Amino acid sequence: MGTKSTTAERQRASAEPWRLLLVCGLAWLIPGAGHLIAGRRQKGLIFLVALPLMFAIGLLLQGRLFPLEISDPLVFLGAIANRGIGAPYFIAKMMDAGAGTVIAVSYEYGNTFLMTAGLLNFLVILDAFDITMGRK
Amino acid sequence: MTSHFWLMVLFAFFVSLIFAVLLRDDPREQLKTGGMMLGGFIVAAYVAGWLMYPLPF
Repeated sequence: MGTKSTTAERQRASAEPWRLLLVCGLAWLIPGAGHLIAGRRQKGLIFLVALPLMFAIGLLLQGRLFPLEISDPLVFLGAIANRGIGAPYFIAKMMDAGAGTVIAVSYEYGNTFLMTAGLLNFLVILDAFDITMGRK
Repeated sequence: MTSHFWLMVLFAFFVSLIFAVLLRDDPREQLKTGGMMLGGFIVAAYVAGWLMYPLPF
């Protein structure tokens, strides 16, 4: 059910597109950076520490960073979730981490940590977007 | 670290932390919401684990 927006809301929604793009891009690349730019220092610092730490624990638990295989929808969705964390993903790839050890007891836990870290960062990006738009 | 229980607790801790910080602005409220969420996750997982115990698959 849609609701009519007020004049004030329409004005708030007209935040500069380049600023929105910058905040969302940085929030994706560096978890918490969007909140730090928006002046929410406490939240930004918690995201900056907690999300990469969660991702690192996933790697320690021998989880796998999934390839972008469109032919296998579940693997593809897992790959999207993995990439949600931004820079830590690319650092892990450069270090050849995230090969995944299927026979490891903690393999599924590792996958869960890796994917959830990325998905939570998507929520953090949306929150940074709302803050920049003046909705929060 | 291969204890399923402690891994679940660790996972629940991170998820509770992120959601509490996203949903609340006041640190005291964040602590309260995060604590309740963490407790809820752990109890729910424990109960679900025991409910699944008799299942043969």
